[in-house]
Parts: sequence; C-alpha cells; structure tokens
Amino acid sequence: MTDNVQVNKDKEQAVIDELDSFAELPDAPPKRKFRLSWVGWMSVGVVVFWLLICIIGPSIAPFHEMDMEGDDSFLDAYSGEYGTFVLGTDYLGRDTFSRILYGARNTIGISLAATLLAYLMGITLGILAAVKGGWIDMAISRVNDSILSLPTIMLGLIVIAALGNSIPNLIGIASVIYATSVFRIARALGLDIMVQDFVEAAQTRGEGIWWIIRAEILPNAAMPLATDFGLRLVFVVLFISSMSFLGLGVPPPASDWGAMVRENLQGLTYGSWAAIWPAIAIASFTIAVNLIVDDISAKSGGSLAKKMV
Amino acid sequence: MAEDKEKLFEIEGLRISAKNDEGEEVKIVKGVDFNIHKGEVVALIGESGSGKTTISLATLAYTKPGLYFSGGECRLFGKDVLSMSPVEQRDLRGGNVAYLAQSAAATFNPAITINEQVTEAAVLHGRLTQEEANERAIELYHALELPDADRIGYRYPHQVSGGQLQRLMAAMALCGKPDLMVLDEPTTALDVTTQIEVLKAFKKVIREQNSAAIYVTHDLAVVAQVADHIVVLYAGEVMEQGSADQIINNPQHAYTKRLMAAARPKPTSGMGEAVTNEHHRDIDNIEVKDMTAGYGGIVDGEPVVPILRDINVSVRNGHVVGVIGESGCGKSTLARVMAGMLPPARGDVILDGKKLEGSLKNRSLEELQKVQFVFQMADTALNPKQLIGNIIGRPLEFYHGLTGKEKHKKVSEILEMVELPPAFASRYPMELSGGQKQRINLARSLAANPEVMLCDEVTSALDSIVGANVIKLLTDLRNKTGVSFVFISHDLSTVASFADEIVVLYAGRVVEQGPVNDVLDPPFHPYTRLLISSVPEMRIGWLEDTMQKREMAVGIARGVEITRRGCPFYNRCPMAIEGTCEMDTPPLRQLKEGHEIHCHQTIEALEEAEREAQQILHGYEKIGEDDQIPTAH
Repeated sequence: MTDNVQVNKDKEQAVIDELDSFAELPDAPPKRKFRLSWVGWMSVGVVVFWLLICIIGPSIAPFHEMDMEGDDSFLDAYSGEYGTFVLGTDYLGRDTFSRILYGARNTIGISLAATLLAYLMGITLGILAAVKGGWIDMAISRVNDSILSLPTIMLGLIVIAALGNSIPNLIGIASVIYATSVFRIARALGLDIMVQDFVEAAQTRGEGIWWIIRAEILPNAAMPLATDFGLRLVFVVLFISSMSFLGLGVPPPASDWGAMVRENLQGLTYGSWAAIWPAIAIASFTIAVNLIVDDISAKSGGSLAKKMV
Repeated sequence: MAEDKEKLFEIEGLRISAKNDEGEEVKIVKGVDFNIHKGEVVALIGESGSGKTTISLATLAYTKPGLYFSGGECRLFGKDVLSMSPVEQRDLRGGNVAYLAQSAAATFNPAITINEQVTEAAVLHGRLTQEEANERAIELYHALELPDADRIGYRYPHQVSGGQLQRLMAAMALCGKPDLMVLDEPTTALDVTTQIEVLKAFKKVIREQNSAAIYVTHDLAVVAQVADHIVVLYAGEVMEQGSADQIINNPQHAYTKRLMAAARPKPTSGMGEAVTNEHHRDIDNIEVKDMTAGYGGIVDGEPVVPILRDINVSVRNGHVVGVIGESGCGKSTLARVMAGMLPPARGDVILDGKKLEGSLKNRSLEELQKVQFVFQMADTALNPKQLIGNIIGRPLEFYHGLTGKEKHKKVSEILEMVELPPAFASRYPMELSGGQKQRINLARSLAANPEVMLCDEVTSALDSIVGANVIKLLTDLRNKTGVSFVFISHDLSTVASFADEIVVLYAGRVVEQGPVNDVLDPPFHPYTRLLISSVPEMRIGWLEDTMQKREMAVGIARGVEITRRGCPFYNRCPMAIEGTCEMDTPPLRQLKEGHEIHCHQTIEALEEAEREAQQILHGYEKIGEDDQIPTAH
C-alpha cells in the first residue's frame, strides 16, 4: 500500500480516557449570575430615581404644582428674582420644575398601574384562551377583536365622558384598551408553547390545567412578555397624554407630564423649554424601562445562542 | 494510487476558534491536515462536536457566526481560499465549491420551481447560460435516476418525495460543474430505504462526473459505501486517516475502533439478550386489540384520516417490544394511542387485563402512572425553564406524594440510576449535552415508577456511541425494574439488539410480528426483507450487492401510502399478486409460536424467495454467510 495511514497516536489514550470518563459531562455547572451591562445599570438608576421622585417629589418641590408664582409665563430657566425657577415657568407662570416633580406621581403611577392591570387581564385571558381552545378561545378572541377594532381615543372619550373624569376611570379604560394587545401576544405565545413536547408530557402525566399554565407555560412566556411590557408602557403614557390633551386625562390643574407637553406647545414658538422638560422626563423614564428589558433579554438570549454553537 | 492524481484541495494546519463569554479563545478545530485529489471522495467522520461540519465549511472559506479562522491554509489548486478577497470568495462559493446541506426540505424555497433553483447558482456565477444550465440540469436528473426527468424541474419542491428532493439538491450542487462538492450528512435524516436510493444516485453521479467530494457523516457504514479516503475526527483533531479500505478493515486508532464497535451491525437474530423470567406474570402488561385509529375526528366509527388499521399488539411483563417501519407507517401513532394521547376509533387498550379509557383525560391517576411516554426529542420534551431536580421531582410529587427531603433523595437515586451525578439536579436542561438530556428524559418517566415505558425513537437523534450507551442503560433498567418497553425506532439494528419481540408496521398495518429471533430469520415478509436489506453494512461494495436483490428494484424510491383495503405494500412488493393483493386483506400466516406474517404469499413461496435472493448474491453458498460483519478488532 502506498496510501499512507496517519494515526494520531499521541492522543489515543487521552481520547479513550475522555470517552470512558463521561466526556459528555461539562465539568462544572455554568455560572448563572444575573448580570446587566453598564447601560442596564444606568437605566435601573434612572427608573429608581423617578420612582423616588414619585414618593418624595412633592415634598422637595420648591413650589406647589398649582402656584402661579411667576409674574410672567414662559420664563427662562434660572429666571425670577433669585433664580428660583430652575427650569423656568409654564404658560400660566407655574414653576415647571415643581410641576415635573409633582407630575411624576400621576404619569408614572397611572401608566404603571394601567399597564400592570392590562397585563394581568391580557395574560390571564390570553393563556386561558390558548390552553382551553374551542369556544372559550373563540368567545374571548372575538370580544377582544371587537374592542381592538374601535379607535382607542374614541373609546376612551366615550367611556370617560360617560363615567366621569377621574384617575381610577382613566386607569380602568387604559388597561382595558391595552389588555387587548397583551391578550393577542399572550395567546400567540401560549399557543406556541402549548404544542411543545414538554407540555404534552405534562398532559400525559395527567397534570391539571393550572399547573401546566403556572409551571410550563408562564416561565417560557415571561421573557417575550417582559420585552413587550416596556413598549406597552410607553403607549400608555402617550395614551394618557392624548387623553389629557382632549381635556379628559388627569383633571387640571393637577400636573401630568403628557399634559404639560401639550399645554406648553405654544411656548416653543417663543423659544421656551417648558414643553421640552416634561418630554425629556417621559423619554428618560420610558427609554430606561425599555433598556432594562432589552438588556435582560439580550443577556438570556445571548447565552442561549452561545450554547447552541 | 493517490499520489499519481492531481491534488485538488489541500487543507493544512487548519485552525478555527471561537470566543467565549470572557473573551477567551476556545479552539474548535485544532490543526487539521488532509488533501483531496481529483475524482476522490473524502469522508469526514466524527460525532457531534468533532468539528466535521466546521472543517467542511472551511473549504468555502466560511465559518458559522461566532467562529473565526485562527490559522492554517485551505488551498484550491494551490491558492489559499481563506486569504482571498470577498469578491473571489463569492465566486468560489457555489462556483468552485458547492455545498449540500443536511436537509433538502429546508434548503429548497417552496415558492420557486425546482429547475430555477437548481440552475440559479450556475447561471449567477456565469459558469453557464440559462439554456446550457437547463440542459445540464436535465442531464443530471437522468443521471440521478429521477422519475419523469425531463419535466421534474417544473415541479415545486413539495411535489416530490424527500429522497427525490435530496437528489435534486445534488443536481443543484453539480449543475455548475464545481471542482469540489461538500455533502453535509446528506442521508442522515432519511429512512434506510430512502437512504439507499440517495446513496446509489450520489455514488453514480460522483463517479460519472468524476467530481471530488467531501462527505461529512457520523455513519461509518454509509462512508464505507461512498468514500475513497476517510478522516476520523475527534474534538477538532484528526485521530486517524487513510484509505477507506484500511480504516474500515484495519482501524489502528482506539477511537476509530470504538466508533466501529458502536456502529450499527447488521440486524440478525440472536443479537439481543434473552429476557429472564424474573418478572414474569401471567397476564399481559399492555395490549392493543383490534385497534383502528387516525386523525381528523371520527365519523361513523372510522377516522377521517386513517393511520392504523386492525392492530393487535401485546407486551408481556418485563419484555421489550420493538416497533419498526419507515416514517409515516404509524409507529408513533401506535404509542400515542397506548398513552391515551389519541383515542382510538375502534378497539381497546388493555392494561394488566383491565380495559383503559381511550382518552387520557378519563384515565385514573394510577393508570397514567403505569404507562409513561418518552418523547423523541429531549430538547423539546424538557422544559428549558425548569431545573432538572424539578423535572424529575414532579412525577414523584404528583404520583407518589413525595416532598421535601424524601423527594430530593429519590431524585438523586433516579439520577444515579440513569448514570448521572446527583449534582445535576440543580442544572437547567440547556446546561447538559444531548445524551444527558435524553437520560433526564428517561429519568422523568422512570420517576413515575411505571410498568410500561413507551419510547418513541429515543436514540434516533443521538450519536452512535451516545445512543449505544442509552440502549445499554435501558437494558439495565429493564433487568433491574422489570419495566416493559415499547421501543419505537426506524433503526432495525437498535431494535434487534434491544427488543425481545418485533412488530413490523407498514402503512398502519402490522405485516409481521413475533420474537426478535424469528422475525429476523427467514422467511420474511417482503417488507421486513426490504428493511433488512436496506440497513447499510460496514463493508465496501455492500451497496452494489444489495442493489441486486429483487426487492430493491421495486421497493426503494417509493413512499409509504396508506390504503383503505388490501395490502398497502402492494405497490412496492416484488412478489405482489395482481388482483389479490391490492383487493383483499392479507391472511395471517402463523409460523412458530407467536410469529405471524400477514401476506397473500404462502410461507413456502416466501422461503423460496429468500433462497433465490441469496443465490443471486452468493452463487450457491450457504444462506446467512453474508450476515457476518467485519469485526472491528
């Protein structure tokens, strides 16, 4: 034979030892540390900051949100007698800085409450529809479709007009409106997970429906739903703002960031920042929430992708 | 001799690495050298994780995302492809080197006709004009022995069978007359009968076109049929390389020997261990009687889409019943009916002499606990968000009410039973290897302390060595616990080595069943014989030999069709009796005790057919001598 055989004799013993000693085992359990990137930590900081403001905002504000201290509207920042208006004044001459501190409670409180409520409703019904199927799914889905088909602002207007303009009503209607899209996502995720083998394994074991939902479906649906949560929160903030714009949001003169942007829009033409500051507040809060969610999902997704290689 | 031929492709000191989380370099391929000569097929052999696909992709100057070339050269006609410019590399890929992915079904675009896809690369690279490419494609369809070769190109991918699609992919690769073809596990996902069809076509076309190819696979028996030169890989390093003849018949390296030992031997009688009577009981453990089942609901006692028809199978205590057949024969459906996942349209499932409800919703907890289903893919059967401890602990808690420390202790015991360290309880499924996951999958069913385990292709997705270990584990478990198994597999050798009885299913009907040694000894049902003849042997020249057999001419390259009457095997049977077989249900022919064949042909005729087949192969040698496998040591 001229065809030469090459044998890697050096490795021979090592390979066989490895095979015999359960080479399939990765030696140490992988680290399961919860880690965020610096962007993630910064975002956590921003969110914590705003939540803190929700609690202590009114007590550290230099003015009351309704005080019309300034002589004039749309004053520049650090204007006033002793530079008291840190961020200037609004169209009624109220201190913008104080109103943002006061408004945090309304804006963040209402939107968080509404989003959480929307999630509670949407996930419960969505997973239920996915798991039960049949006429239950049909009934819930069609009701959901009909709510989805109504223009959100219209629906909000009618309900608020009928029930009266109050914060609980606002939270209620916003959560119902946004529960519809959460329902859609939850149902789609639920359907996907329902056909997985591990759910079928649980079914053949004879597990009850609630155990399957709690132990098999929800843990697997949690991450995509959390990603959506960040986005949904932004929509709710915008919805509350547009309701305020129409005079049906947070009842004036209480402050709300969305309403502040709207009230002070005209000021932009005079070069006033009164509309910009609350907009920055909204942006910083919602972007921070989204960045946290993204960071978490990127971390878990990333490690998954690496393990697949 | 290899030295006389022109060197086409040289791989020298190839190194490929990845970066881990900490940014450290992880070596995937650690310096690999081999050459490919003109007209030569080089096989890369190894288990998953050996880097065989990664190396084969390097010939296209390509790595999977996350990997990078960290050294070495890949020279096509002396020119290093790794250092080429992207423009040159673009021309190389699909031009000089063509890649055939594992799954043809995933490679073809379902919305475009086959011909467009086959000719696309050749035209795009300017190697042929559209007209030349069309001509060339038809030429290749003929060479690949595709049916209706002149017009098959006008069809859409879903209009041809899986085996045909796999061959069409070869046409796609060959259309632009590449210098080198890379075939990545092209037959791994196919049934044995389809595998033969594809192998035969590949081999023919490679010879005729005199093209060089890299053939990536973990299946030594397949390699023995197509390769000229074999490179054995382990963990990114070459363990041994040499001519096919030398590696197959005279392996030097211990790892190669290990691979050979784990490779599927030809299924023959007497491979399995005899079952002991230790766990014997008079009553059958689980039994299926006159059962008919299918999908799409039940109308007038008949399923809308019938799958199984008049099935009678019984499993004795502590026995292993292997169910074999090609995909689409209803193997999994049978297990699903037993598990209660699919209520039968007619007939009964009987557990320990007691009739079971058809639907699992109506079964009692005890009945559920006694019959456990093991899913094929451990990847999807284990919830990725649950710890192993919880996955195994749940049946303990659910069926046996164990909690706290007791449960914890039992989980450790069960983990040890499947030969895994107890520390694994605090891991997630993602943190385990494929074989380990399959063990957890089995452990979960074991935790229920079942009487019957229904195993659906549990070794099919595993590497041969890992799969052999799982079978060994199952045998131990059977002996230790007296659990009965229904073991579903399309792999006859695995079934032969593990089962006590075999049920051969074809198109939803039992065609033959009985003790494993009787079923695997002649006379055979024609379908059983087709299956046995299709299992590749680790012997050079086997493919040519087996193709001479009569059943091959009719049997391969045809799909499973479920018929409502007569014998469904009619259109693939070399012994079919026209006018009878397609009309009437085949009669049951009882041979020895418990061994039955459903066929219109008499036993004598079946025995005669077997003798003829052996004579064609061996002249007048004694029957059964070709059963000897070349030993690995």
